[in-house]
Amino acid sequence: MPALAPVAGGAKVSVGAGVQRRARTAYLLLLPGIAWLGLFFVVPLVSLFFTSLQSPTGTPGVYQPGFEAANYLTAISDYWPQFVKSFIYSGIATVLALVIAYPLAYFIAFKAGKWRALLLVLVVAPFFASFLLRTYAWRTILADEGFITSTLNALHLLPEGRILNTPIAVITGLSYNFLPFMILPLYAALERIDPRLIEAAGDLYASPFTGFRKVVWPLSLPGVVAGTLLTFIPASGDYINATLLGSPQDRMVGNAIQINFLQFRDYPVASALSFILMAIIPALVFVYIRRAGTEDLV
Amino acid sequence: MKWLRKNLIAIIGILVLVYLFVPIAVVAILSFNEPAGKFNVAWNQFSLEAWQNLCGVPGVCQSFLTSIEIGVLATLAGTILGTMIAFALVRYRFRGRSTTNLLIFLPMATPEVVLGSSLLALFLNLAFPLGFWTVTIAHIMFIISFVVVTVKARLQGMDPRLEEAARDLYADPQATFRYVTFPLVLPGILGAALLGFSLSFDDYIISAFNAGTLVTFPIFIWGAAQRGIPVQVNALATLVFVLSLLVVLGAQFTNHRRRRKLESAV
Repeated sequence: MPALAPVAGGAKVSVGAGVQRRARTAYLLLLPGIAWLGLFFVVPLVSLFFTSLQSPTGTPGVYQPGFEAANYLTAISDYWPQFVKSFIYSGIATVLALVIAYPLAYFIAFKAGKWRALLLVLVVAPFFASFLLRTYAWRTILADEGFITSTLNALHLLPEGRILNTPIAVITGLSYNFLPFMILPLYAALERIDPRLIEAAGDLYASPFTGFRKVVWPLSLPGVVAGTLLTFIPASGDYINATLLGSPQDRMVGNAIQINFLQFRDYPVASALSFILMAIIPALVFVYIRRAGTEDLV
Repeated sequence: MKWLRKNLIAIIGILVLVYLFVPIAVVAILSFNEPAGKFNVAWNQFSLEAWQNLCGVPGVCQSFLTSIEIGVLATLAGTILGTMIAFALVRYRFRGRSTTNLLIFLPMATPEVVLGSSLLALFLNLAFPLGFWTVTIAHIMFIISFVVVTVKARLQGMDPRLEEAARDLYADPQATFRYVTFPLVLPGILGAALLGFSLSFDDYIISAFNAGTLVTFPIFIWGAAQRGIPVQVNALATLVFVLSLLVVLGAQFTNHRRRRKLESAV
């Protein structure tokens, strides 16, 4: 499962006496795949960096090698609101996803019994339905005359009188779309907790809430960190939700990259935007992991 | 009241599970709709038109087949390359394994816009023509990482005593691999392949950057979203969803029965 990546990555490697073989075979096995990743993941990033420094030639859409650091200034001064929106929307969406996902992950890990395998299949099942259509379906669910919007309007809870084409719709879409990426790592972490620890907390007169706060939650932190990262990172670069569910004022940085690359053909500024996004994420992740105190766990 | 408190988690958990399927149900229900205007967003009237005439809109089936072609090719290549890496990582000691692990992990931790735009930057700088092959190349790239992670987990979860037993019974390394290791890892590889295919088939962002004028199924949907998505798209997506779910549940069920049979035999 994709979302288990950071969790599974830390698992210990079993090397029996008989399975240890020569390194040469290992390199032969690695070579084609690693070469592919080198050519089509690492080299493109280098290429992106050089493109971000190119300068205009006068002909639209054609650029020459250069050292135009000004592209970065243009990218930041023209698009900082989109950066801010991206991180705010995806931040809220990530917290929402955590709150929604935790009970389901807990249920599957501790209460599902023989249904566990089936439930895990159902958690990933949304991946088999088109991402674009699932997102577009929210236009029906949140429609202006729809049940949800009219109910909330009757209670005077919507300042703008609608959900569609507002940031609320974008955040709803983002938090929904990446839920499986939150549920799976949470489940993986919860499943490792010995249920007897929870019983022990109860035996020692901890209320269920205290038991959760002092035992389950701390032990599930690796899953929380992995899940929030796997939700936040794709959400912050996404432009599908913002385009299909939001108004033109709700555009995120992904929209800016897309429009500069594919419509304006301003490749240097688009590359600079991409590069900034890529650089900000590890910085945020680093700060976050330090705050969560889980450096050793990720 | 006591019952409610005892089952609260189960109730919330199941509600969340239902929530996951609400938009999918909307997609499926609207595939039986005859929309009032050009946008298929509100229920109007029951119709089987889209299901009876799946290719009734120009370009729908062409883009659908293109996505299947790319999905099959990319999954095949990505699964082979990824499985090889997974074996190397779990079964061999070599210098540079942590760098390899990092290189596998990074594409999964990079937003799709960055992956898509960086590949486009490369193809533009090389003046490489965009289309079928650039999209396939991109899909192989992101499938590899997911395959490595999935197959690696399976290999690590394997009981090493099974292979030791084969060797004790005088199986040479080739025979051990062919009759013991490979069959045991195969479900993991197939699962990884299915995941890879659905990621490829459903990918919009990375494809959109590198497709040029090529139209995959998601690119078709994106283009149609502005002027109204044809009902046929809902029908085809529902079909894909139901078929994939049946395959996975079927595999789960046979696996379960096989295990039960093995357990009762012991």
